[in-house]
Amino acid sequence: MSAQIKPVPSPQTDHIVETRGLEVRFPLPTHFLSREKPVLHALNTVDVAIRPGETFCVVGESGCGKTTLGRTIIGLQNPTAGEVYFNGQRIDQMDEATRKPIRRDMQMVFQNPYASLNPRRNVYDTLVEPIRHLMPEKSAAEQRETVEAVLAATGCDLSWQRRLPHEFSGGQRQRIAIARALVTNPAFIVADEPISALDVSIQAQILNLLTDLQAERGLTYLFITHDLSVVQHFGTRVAVMYLGQVMELAETATLFATPKHPYTRLLLDAIPKLEGGSFDKPRTPGELPDPVNLPKGCPFAPRCPLATDLCRAERPKLRVLPSTGTEVACHHTE
Amino acid sequence: MAMLEIDDLRVAFPRGKTEEIEALRGVSLRLEKGERLGVVGESGAGKSMLAFSILNLIAEPGRVSEGAVRFMGENLLDMSERQIRGIRGNRISMIFQDPMVTLNPVLTIGTQMIETLQAHRRISRREAHRLSVEKLKMVAIPSAETRMDAYPHELSGGLRQRVVIAIALLTDPELIIADEPTTALDVTIQAEIMALILKLCRENDVALILITHDLGVVAEVTQKLMIMYAGKCVEAGETRAIIDAPNHPYTAGLLKALPQNAEPGQKLYQIPGSMPPITNLPRGCPYHPRCSRASDECRAAMPEIIDGVACYHPLQSVEEIA
Amino acid sequence: MITWRSLFKRFLSDPVAIGAGIVLLLLVLMAVFAPLLAPQNPYDLMQIDIMDSELPPSWKDDGDARFLLGTDAQGRGVLSTIMYGTGISLLIGIGAVVVQAILGVTLGLIAGYKGGWIDAFLMRLADIQMSLSTLMIAIIVLAIFQAAFDANVYADYAIVMLIVIIGVAEWPKFARTVRSSVLGEKNKEYVDAARVIGLPARKVMWGHILPNTLTPVLVISTIQVAEAIMTEAALSFLGLGMPVDRPSLGSLIRSGFEFVFSGQYWITLYPALVLIALVLALNLLGDWMRDVLNPKLRRGDD
Repeated sequence: MSAQIKPVPSPQTDHIVETRGLEVRFPLPTHFLSREKPVLHALNTVDVAIRPGETFCVVGESGCGKTTLGRTIIGLQNPTAGEVYFNGQRIDQMDEATRKPIRRDMQMVFQNPYASLNPRRNVYDTLVEPIRHLMPEKSAAEQRETVEAVLAATGCDLSWQRRLPHEFSGGQRQRIAIARALVTNPAFIVADEPISALDVSIQAQILNLLTDLQAERGLTYLFITHDLSVVQHFGTRVAVMYLGQVMELAETATLFATPKHPYTRLLLDAIPKLEGGSFDKPRTPGELPDPVNLPKGCPFAPRCPLATDLCRAERPKLRVLPSTGTEVACHHTE
Repeated sequence: MAMLEIDDLRVAFPRGKTEEIEALRGVSLRLEKGERLGVVGESGAGKSMLAFSILNLIAEPGRVSEGAVRFMGENLLDMSERQIRGIRGNRISMIFQDPMVTLNPVLTIGTQMIETLQAHRRISRREAHRLSVEKLKMVAIPSAETRMDAYPHELSGGLRQRVVIAIALLTDPELIIADEPTTALDVTIQAEIMALILKLCRENDVALILITHDLGVVAEVTQKLMIMYAGKCVEAGETRAIIDAPNHPYTAGLLKALPQNAEPGQKLYQIPGSMPPITNLPRGCPYHPRCSRASDECRAAMPEIIDGVACYHPLQSVEEIA
Repeated sequence: MITWRSLFKRFLSDPVAIGAGIVLLLLVLMAVFAPLLAPQNPYDLMQIDIMDSELPPSWKDDGDARFLLGTDAQGRGVLSTIMYGTGISLLIGIGAVVVQAILGVTLGLIAGYKGGWIDAFLMRLADIQMSLSTLMIAIIVLAIFQAAFDANVYADYAIVMLIVIIGVAEWPKFARTVRSSVLGEKNKEYVDAARVIGLPARKVMWGHILPNTLTPVLVISTIQVAEAIMTEAALSFLGLGMPVDRPSLGSLIRSGFEFVFSGQYWITLYPALVLIALVLALNLLGDWMRDVLNPKLRRGDD
């Protein structure tokens, strides 16, 4: 190899969303005189590329950074390092005026429908706000028309418009929240645990609604969840995260058929099954290491049955396994 | 004689000055020694109410309006506060969703365990300490001796719930009531905790009432199952039998709606609507507005529970609901 | 969330609240319609006769039927001065709270939402302000003001001065209350949802967060009106508040005080009773409102 500098490849535009080397660190509050400045590593060099029309799932346990990833992509959180691209355009660090038209195309559905709707605004005011702000060219009549069309599309009754959130059940509120995300006709939606706060019989309703909307509108989802059985049903591809890093990334079917990373296997093994039998053997307590003082090597090493000295010394990078096309960050998997 | 027998238990809350609404509307169950029962329902179905009323812990202004809870033949609801304290936390232990309900944040784990033991047993502090460490080891807490001096906030959520289980086991209870013990925990931690509870119940012949919304957990852990809807038991029986061939349309709907029971990418089966609030129940079977098999009979009167199912049109298999 | 209708229903079911409400309503009506209701206009020198001075209440032996509660040293009817004085006290109390609320809500909102050094700076400022007693600040400022201008100018601006001083001195109470509610609200998902569409911070703060922090503001407003009225009364009693020819309840109490020991107790007693009734009614209402609106005391209603 000559000393020639490798040109930085431009981001591929066949990806609707792409992150490169994304890092988010939160400085933790300390006394202003203290010498140590502890930092929480919420995301550690995360590279994901989401294809148009797919449901890209991110799974992991609390503290793995899945929510931070969603919030950083949507712009609620500024990355400490790294880049976020939307349709080939870099959107982090973009000024608000340039970003405004892009905001129409990116929306978010939140976990808790009891907190995601302003309790003092009626349904119409909640839904019309994104249109007023992002599509000021629309007339009052067009605004009304859009709101009503979206309400109908999400299975909300038109009579709900003048009512306040506290008059609705959790499932109805989540429909309203989904309607709000759709009023600007976005292409990409971050759904952060959209069903985990709902009752079992309602979860299927909301998942079906999301499936229908995707088919009708060609939406791309970034679906954040802790529930692997939902991923298996709903996801196109899935990224498994652990302590701010992607451990495994694969097509959903591949991941469930041939999980490569020991952590993925642990997760799959932990799902309670209707057939029973998986809780029969006792398990050793596994605890997440403190994300403030991350171990030097692989973050999963302290819990990993395959861990060696190499794992404790060097952090594995994501690599592609030729057999299945799975990307995995592990020294010991083939 | 069954270890625990609940007969037509009803819990009522006052509404306004004269009215009362029933949050638990006549639930009966039997539990033998060492038996594990799952109670499944959506939020507001009355499953936690059931757990609390067993130990006569219904908060004011609610009250048990009818029924009996017989533990070893004695009605807990007739007991004085003093008598019931000899049973609560001693022969019947509770595990809550939030470990901090049980744990006092300003006392060390050890202090709390020793005090709990000494409240129920006449033993020396040294002996209490020894037993506490033993229980901590039993729930696989690493370096149990040093954890005795730890405060609850120094432990992670999973470890805290383990400590709560250790406290629940301290007095060698005959029955543990666990109200959503793993709902706040991650899946891998949930698996550990549930595996632990299962193992401890089996080894020590402890009976368990596990309250949860997760049919998967129930299938893994329990032998008997009770499905609750709007303050009533709609189906009860052997866990395996119900999961393999549910008789009540609601149970069948819940099972069929699970993503693991659908083809990937296909739409899920969905139960229409949502559970009515206890303050506004329809006439007849509370499930009839959501049920595809509802008839005039269902709209007229609530079906009695016969052969473990409260339905006029019980199913033979899941396939029967469209 | 609590609706106006349910608030009203709770009000009607609480006898203490109804009692306090009625007392307050009567006093406010009395003050507002004083020019119509009062037997004489105590500011109109044509209606005042020095020969009527220091008459006892009308039911006493040497009382005068024209003056129900007797007269003061200048021959003004005590009842009439109370009616006008209550209005001035209420005006200063409410005016000061408006100033407090505007300052406090704005600064509290900014401190809570922006956080960081802005928050630290504003809250330390509030701490400093709180450590200086309101009365002390008011006494110093008013004393300087009285010394600097002559009595006529002072009399003209006394109301404005009192409103501004009591208003500025007490802003930290509102700022702290609002800030702590903002800290609770700003991490809720509806705020994130507003930020996702790129709404500027100004609109998020005023349009989304502020309406959800107003409940505690309502509670402290009521109690702060009572407090401001007391502060004004104390200042007037010390001779630093309202001048004697435009008396508030405080200056009425003061003007009668020197006569108490010579037996003309009514000049002081009746304004004092009205002041107590007014402040008590406001405080009882404030306490009632806090109990009703406090979500921790009110379960299962959200």
